Amino acid sequence: MFQFNQHTLQRQGVTVLQSLNLTIQQGEKVALLGVSGAGKSTLLEALRLQQPDQVAWCPQQGALVPMLSVFHNIYMGALERHAAVYNLINLIRPLRRELEAVTQLAAELGISEKLRTSVDRLSGGQAQRTALGRALFSQRPVLLADEPVSSVDEHHAQSLLMLALARHDTAVVALHDRQLALNCCDRIIGLKSGQIVIDGASNQLSKHDLDILYQRR
Amino acid sequence: MNTTASGFRRTTLWLGLAGLLALFVADISITTRDPGMELGRISSGFLSPDFFATEQIGSALGYTLSFAVQGVTLGFVSGFLLALLWRWRMIRAFSATIRAVHELFWGLLFLQVFGLSALTGLLAIAIPYSGIFAKVFGEFLEEADRAPALALTPRSDAFSVFLYARLPLVWQHMKTYGAYRLECAVRASAILGFIGLPTIGFHLETAFRQGDYSSGAALLYLFLGIILSIRWWFRPSLLPLWIAAALLWAPPRANYTEGALSRFLTEDIIPAPMRQNDWQWHQLTDWLLMLAREQILPGLGNTLILGMAAMLMTGIIALLLFPLISSQFGNRFSRAGGHGLLVIFRTLPEFLLAFVFVLLLGPSMLPGILALALHTGAIVAHLSGRFTDSLTLRSDASGGLNRYAFEVLPRIYPNFLAFLLYRWEIIMRETAILGILGITTLGFYIDSAFSELRTDRAVVLIAAGVALNLLVDGISRRLRSHLRLRNGLADQN
Repeated sequence: MFQFNQHTLQRQGVTVLQSLNLTIQQGEKVALLGVSGAGKSTLLEALRLQQPDQVAWCPQQGALVPMLSVFHNIYMGALERHAAVYNLINLIRPLRRELEAVTQLAAELGISEKLRTSVDRLSGGQAQRTALGRALFSQRPVLLADEPVSSVDEHHAQSLLMLALARHDTAVVALHDRQLALNCCDRIIGLKSGQIVIDGASNQLSKHDLDILYQRR
Repeated sequence: MNTTASGFRRTTLWLGLAGLLALFVADISITTRDPGMELGRISSGFLSPDFFATEQIGSALGYTLSFAVQGVTLGFVSGFLLALLWRWRMIRAFSATIRAVHELFWGLLFLQVFGLSALTGLLAIAIPYSGIFAKVFGEFLEEADRAPALALTPRSDAFSVFLYARLPLVWQHMKTYGAYRLECAVRASAILGFIGLPTIGFHLETAFRQGDYSSGAALLYLFLGIILSIRWWFRPSLLPLWIAAALLWAPPRANYTEGALSRFLTEDIIPAPMRQNDWQWHQLTDWLLMLAREQILPGLGNTLILGMAAMLMTGIIALLLFPLISSQFGNRFSRAGGHGLLVIFRTLPEFLLAFVFVLLLGPSMLPGILALALHTGAIVAHLSGRFTDSLTLRSDASGGLNRYAFEVLPRIYPNFLAFLLYRWEIIMRETAILGILGITTLGFYIDSAFSELRTDRAVVLIAAGVALNLLVDGISRRLRSHLRLRNGLADQN
């Protein structure tokens, strides 16, 4: 599905990950761990570029259009499935068919009562559910998500992440919560100082094993 | 819908409905016999400009620049002095009033006293510009950080505190804004030729009216060249040189006949019925009612209709054109083309565009609406397009119409609305002066009153125009604050 052989990844001219060797098979659910700046977002972006048409994308930056409603932001995942004119009509006046589909998804994500509220009037957690909603609504097989539940409370974070993972064949998710990563994913990749320092099955790893990612040298 | 976008939609809906209504009742007929043929002749004139046809082309250029430099300098200084007193309501009202009267109307007023002279040209620019500078500088000072001034020892004298802790914070903005205003003043100065002053506009009008489109085109190219090259020939450090040259070329002298000022103040502007020895109040009210019925109301009505229709068209044109220069759309070549197109319409004054369109289409509202919408639409498109460059879209954002409608438009809409609403007042101001070209807005009646030597009527009509302008300004400000749009004033250049 994804493959890197001695790849060097740069962001704005600065090398972030060096001589990267990585293979991700179809069907894997991978958690990316590491301190901020370790290269998680850069790696996700590089993965996206390998399979741009397969990827349901849930980035951190510029993910949502603040003045549009939750409905429209989720619907945006489906833009490419329809003609531009159809999208335009649905922007001006939400179509019943789309409204029903998005309402159902929003209910599963726990934001159905905010469907007609614009994103700039939501809490951080609600906005994240919306961003995840858009990724799910794009109905693609591979989920690439960057801290998709960081602002959601611990209890809901796990069920939300489980829901998102269950809807995708393959997934790579950047997380900072180690327990969440161990609970939800079947493979853990840890990044530190421009290198992959941990790569293993989550049932072989303990929370303690992951501590080195966050220790200072 | 509890969305921010729906607030923008509602405002757009009301403005759009008002614009549609105006467009519906507006007279948009074409009254010339064969506009196609005339357009052909104008086009061939533009393809074969004749730079040697107009005599005194150099002197026209000299006067255009002289009035502009002198007017902006005087306006800058007096506007700054007014801005120091900005906290007084009186000063704010005074500044609002003098800037609500268009340069051309000031020109027509001073023509009565100082004749066709350099002083008339200078004051016609300096007075409204004082009002504009006062407002902008006043707001700069209001918004500037007060902490440096408060940190000084309380015994420091006010003048030193201002010089050390207030002025430096706004000086750079003032300089930038002043340079931008110089560009506007060159435009205004050229336009003053249409009321007889010896600037480029005078020769342009003559050439176009005589159907001599080759020499008209040459003047227009020259005018475009001057304005587009302004950043190369004008630098703040060269200002003293420019002022000296302007004073030498056009010393601000009046073409003054003895007693003209006192006659103007004590006779000409006194309403006609009050000039009789035994006048009575009812005569004055009859006179005012007559004026209101026959000129003020039709003039204001037409100004409002033309202005609102132009506002709608401006919005539509701006929304269509901004993607041309936006880095979110197209490629390097399409953007270069877009910039070229917008620059031409931004640079040519709406009055000049309207003048050419009137020649083509006749003096209905159509040429006025077209001219205002093209010029203002290009400005709003430029500002909105430039704003889109600062947006960061997610890397999987869609393209084409989807990108426009879902990603870009919602994000820039508040700024677009702010630019448009700020321009509303300017559109109204410009609409009024289109009357000088024969379109029946307020300026038509003002121009007629002046040419019939009925200055008293002209003054009342100008006052009505001021009232309309202040009203529009007030509505626009309330709309902007209701929508929590930031004031786009300082970003106009």
